[in-house]
Amino acid sequence: MAFDIAFWLLAIVSVVAALAVVTLRNIFRAALSLVLCFITVAGLYVTLSADFLAAVQILVYVGAISILLILGIMLTRDVQLGSPTNKLRFPAFLAAIVFFGTVAWAVLNTTWGISPQGPLEPTTATLAGKLFGENGYILTVEIAAVLLLAAILGAIVLVREK
Amino acid sequence: MVIPNIAVDAVRHLGAVAPDWPGHPWWHWVVFTLINIVFILVMIIGVIYIERRAIAWFAARTGPNRTGPFGLLQAIADAIKILLKEFITPMNADKIVFWIAPAVVFAPVIMIFAVVPFMNGAMLADLNIGILFVVAISSISTVGVFMAGWSSSNKYSMIGAMRLVASVISYEIPVVLALAGVVLIAGSLSLNDIVLAQQTVPFILVQPLGFFLLFVGGCAEINRSPFDLMEADSELVAGFHTEYSGMKFAMYYLGEYGEAVVMATIISTLFLGGWQWPFLPGWLWLILKIFLVFFTMVWTRATLPRVRIDQLMAVAWKFLFPLALINLLVTALQVLAGWPEDLLWLMGIVNYVLLGVLILLWSRMYKVGWGRIEV
Repeated sequence: MAFDIAFWLLAIVSVVAALAVVTLRNIFRAALSLVLCFITVAGLYVTLSADFLAAVQILVYVGAISILLILGIMLTRDVQLGSPTNKLRFPAFLAAIVFFGTVAWAVLNTTWGISPQGPLEPTTATLAGKLFGENGYILTVEIAAVLLLAAILGAIVLVREK
Repeated sequence: MVIPNIAVDAVRHLGAVAPDWPGHPWWHWVVFTLINIVFILVMIIGVIYIERRAIAWFAARTGPNRTGPFGLLQAIADAIKILLKEFITPMNADKIVFWIAPAVVFAPVIMIFAVVPFMNGAMLADLNIGILFVVAISSISTVGVFMAGWSSSNKYSMIGAMRLVASVISYEIPVVLALAGVVLIAGSLSLNDIVLAQQTVPFILVQPLGFFLLFVGGCAEINRSPFDLMEADSELVAGFHTEYSGMKFAMYYLGEYGEAVVMATIISTLFLGGWQWPFLPGWLWLILKIFLVFFTMVWTRATLPRVRIDQLMAVAWKFLFPLALINLLVTALQVLAGWPEDLLWLMGIVNYVLLGVLILLWSRMYKVGWGRIEV
């Protein structure tokens, strides 16, 4: 019961916030709506017993990504104008509709398997085993880290003054 | 008869050992939410008193001593005065964001106390991701400061907010790496388990470098002097809250000291053994330790001059960051070798030697401006 109420509250707020991101003219407020959306998604993770994922979602998306976004906005000129529309409006709308339709069709036509097992209580140890243990995802984790490092170095090289 | 029962239960629970809450779990939630809010507000009044009196003593003044015995009621008098002040909104301000910002700064401070144990198991929620929760929630405050700086449409507010973000993003890394060392030894992210792991010795004796990093990085992250560039009065009027007045300003004031209380609480829980110590009840020890850590922060503030922005960045990236990496590596090796179980005293000695050597080495390795950073 409590979980149902929490789920519907979070779901409605996250959808409204996501709509606000694309409809608000003021780009700073749009970024703040995005932060709200990230927080509600973290709340949804909590209702799914994925506590570690929820904390990481807030730490990475609210604490870091959104801050960088807002910093980027602050360094942009003519923010008050919002995002002016151009000729690509209709193609973009069409592409969005097609994408939404595909995702909705896929979601509705998949038979979702529901595990009879209850959620694991201390999630952290199991997660660590999956990530770093034998037959885990250690290689993927390391590749992701190297990829990010390469991206950071590339960004530094691109913006460095000669 | 409900309310007296709750009070009795609360008292029994604070003195009790295990989280065997009688009756419905909702009572636990309600009572501990109330305890947390009251605790944080009372502690904020306490640390404001300590700050003002201690700074006055360091400056050979008396400090507030007229309102109540020893000036203890000064903070309450200030609060009443500030409540009666007019709240002014600038004409060009982004009004909605301007109004929400103080709440976004203050709310995370209260939320963090949900995972802090006052006694064994006496806490709102013993999350198994405890310390990660603290780090994640405290990062939300930054968004609130940014909202305030932007919506004020004032260049001083904006510069203050930008400086805050630069320092918080930089200092987050050594702080989290310093926390990871403690987590490695305790073998758990839960704050309750970390306190229980300090039954024999508090972790400051085995992780001196981690304590040093957390203290310095923490002072920078909550913008206490000598790292309070974002509200450097002589350059930026008051930083991001320049345009705020009345109760909204009071929220920032509370938030600032609330963050200091949070940082002192985390340091005392992770490194000073939390509620563990003989004779006195545990929650009293926790409060005493929080005040002790906060007094050290005031001492630092009264002793050191404010750093420049390039020095701020240099300390984070060239000094604290490599030290944090080395600390994590050495701690991981020691845990792998099984030292925390058998050779705890050796681990302490080795780490203290390491602390001295590393700080001496690093203070000679790089220059900031024209002078060296002296340790």
